[in-house]
Amino acid sequence: MLSRADVEKVSLLARLELTPEELERMTAQMVQIVGYVEQLAELKTDDVQPMAHALEVHNVFAADEVRPSLPREAALANAPHHDKEFYLVPAVLGE
Amino acid sequence: MSVLRQSATELLAKLNAGEVTSVQLTQAHLDQIKQHDGQVKAFLRVDPAAALARAKEIDDRRKAKKPLGLLGGLPVAIKDLLCTEGETTTCGSKMLEHFKPPYDATVIKKLKAADAVLIGKTNLDEFAMGGSTENSAYQKTANPWDLARTPGGSSGGAAACVAAGMAPLSIGTDTGGSIRQPAALCGVTGLKPTYGRVSRFGLVAFASSLDQIGPLARTAEDAALLLEVLAGHDPLDSTSVDVPVPKYSETVKQPLKNLRIGLVREHFGEGLEPEVEKAVRDAVEVYKSLGATVKDISLPHGKYGVATYYIIAPSEASSNLARYDGVHYGHRTNEKQMVAELADERNKLVAAGKTAAAEALDNPLVRMYRRSRAEGFGPEVKRRIMLGTYALSAGYYDAYYLKALKVRRLIRQDYDVAFNEVDLIVGPVTTSPAFKLGEKVDDPLSMYLVDLYTVSANLAGIGGISIPCGMSRNLPLGLQLQAPPFEEERLLRAAHMFQQATDWHQQFPAMVPKA
Repeated sequence: MLSRADVEKVSLLARLELTPEELERMTAQMVQIVGYVEQLAELKTDDVQPMAHALEVHNVFAADEVRPSLPREAALANAPHHDKEFYLVPAVLGE
Repeated sequence: MSVLRQSATELLAKLNAGEVTSVQLTQAHLDQIKQHDGQVKAFLRVDPAAALARAKEIDDRRKAKKPLGLLGGLPVAIKDLLCTEGETTTCGSKMLEHFKPPYDATVIKKLKAADAVLIGKTNLDEFAMGGSTENSAYQKTANPWDLARTPGGSSGGAAACVAAGMAPLSIGTDTGGSIRQPAALCGVTGLKPTYGRVSRFGLVAFASSLDQIGPLARTAEDAALLLEVLAGHDPLDSTSVDVPVPKYSETVKQPLKNLRIGLVREHFGEGLEPEVEKAVRDAVEVYKSLGATVKDISLPHGKYGVATYYIIAPSEASSNLARYDGVHYGHRTNEKQMVAELADERNKLVAAGKTAAAEALDNPLVRMYRRSRAEGFGPEVKRRIMLGTYALSAGYYDAYYLKALKVRRLIRQDYDVAFNEVDLIVGPVTTSPAFKLGEKVDDPLSMYLVDLYTVSANLAGIGGISIPCGMSRNLPLGLQLQAPPFEEERLLRAAHMFQQATDWHQQFPAMVPKA
């Protein structure tokens, strides 16, 4: 069964910060929901092909030609932190 | 009769006959919004000046006898999950409170080209995750039939605004029932097209193999008109299918002869309220009186639909929502404060001699991601990201995600077998009429089970429509019709037949004036 430590590990993989209270509640809810979805185990599916998509999967190729793309200004317009040229992120090196 | 009770098709005829102008129609709906949306809270944003200017421009073109698009001045409401260029698109999330998309979704482009008047953006569960519209970060939408109840979700605003006479047409999205369920609970007509029928370009992604855009309206005829505008191949969405778009608005009036209807044995089991069952069985009698034959069928894997869905949808969501990183767009935590706190945590641990714990602390970038996402997302979105991340993580992938994909095929195969014998599957949309606001918010699993009758169509990729078929305690009930892939025409024609023989779709809550 899912433990609080498992859920904490998943929260790092998911890049979510959870408070101790959230972690507690999330663990209980995930245990309940995962318990529900585990009913799928009762079906025998060894010979069934997985279905990732509702449509027959096929490659769709686009012509290799230069087309206008989003101008830099527009691409940066919604960024919370930028210097008009690049997106800015907190320093990770040389702390 | 008040224009607020008339179908879009009737209103369009009046516009074309010069009996009413788009400005008058738009104003009437804006007035209804002004008067009642304080209580219903269907809209997140309305821009009356822009809507009226657009209506005026269309009126002028009509007066000058210039050609007009299919929607020629009809107001249309847009679920706030669709990108509108330069206009705030929040997805019901704090994460996107200030997000202004740099482009229009393909369906928005099509609506504009069809001369729709975009009247406002409607409320939804955050990123379309929910069945009651209570997961919006901004407001809880109420059901116009009973303000203490939910309109359903996630397209709750989209359904409520049509029921409340605030828009004759509206656009919703359906990943597990998010058009059909609110349509049923609000007493309007709502169609989820076949996967690939409508371009998803510019639709903010929740679960990409399940999401589909569709119309909500007062009648099947109106839904046909709107679908004709929305449908079609789009080079910008490689999953949109290149098959011709029928003239839905014309063929919808043709009744279906020798219709074979399937009633799913498993639909009438435990949990279905007797009044809903009665309304569905009465509806089947209506079809019989119109010449349909009825066959008892089985969808044996349907009972696994919700479990399958709640593995696949969160898995896809966890991947899709990884884009909200506080870097490219969307909410970002207060960085100075975050960096200072992190340094403080590190110093304390080092001072206490806990160097290993200090080493294990998030680096500033990871902490920025985690905190921005923690602040930007609400509880349901976090829950689904967590579930999906877990289902896709090493050691669990085969047991959950891969297993669910296999069951998904079994669910699809059930439909393929059933549609060898019947033309349409008819059944309930929900087990009960609208539930009370707050009733299920603390119990995620019970909220998920609301999707019991609707998720299978998304998993199989087929189309489904919900039409009003009765009332219980003065609350509307919905009838679901499901058809094989790309048979929207059949769904709409069958729905129209029913609406010609019944008047459930002409019932309105008290807030919609009669005259």
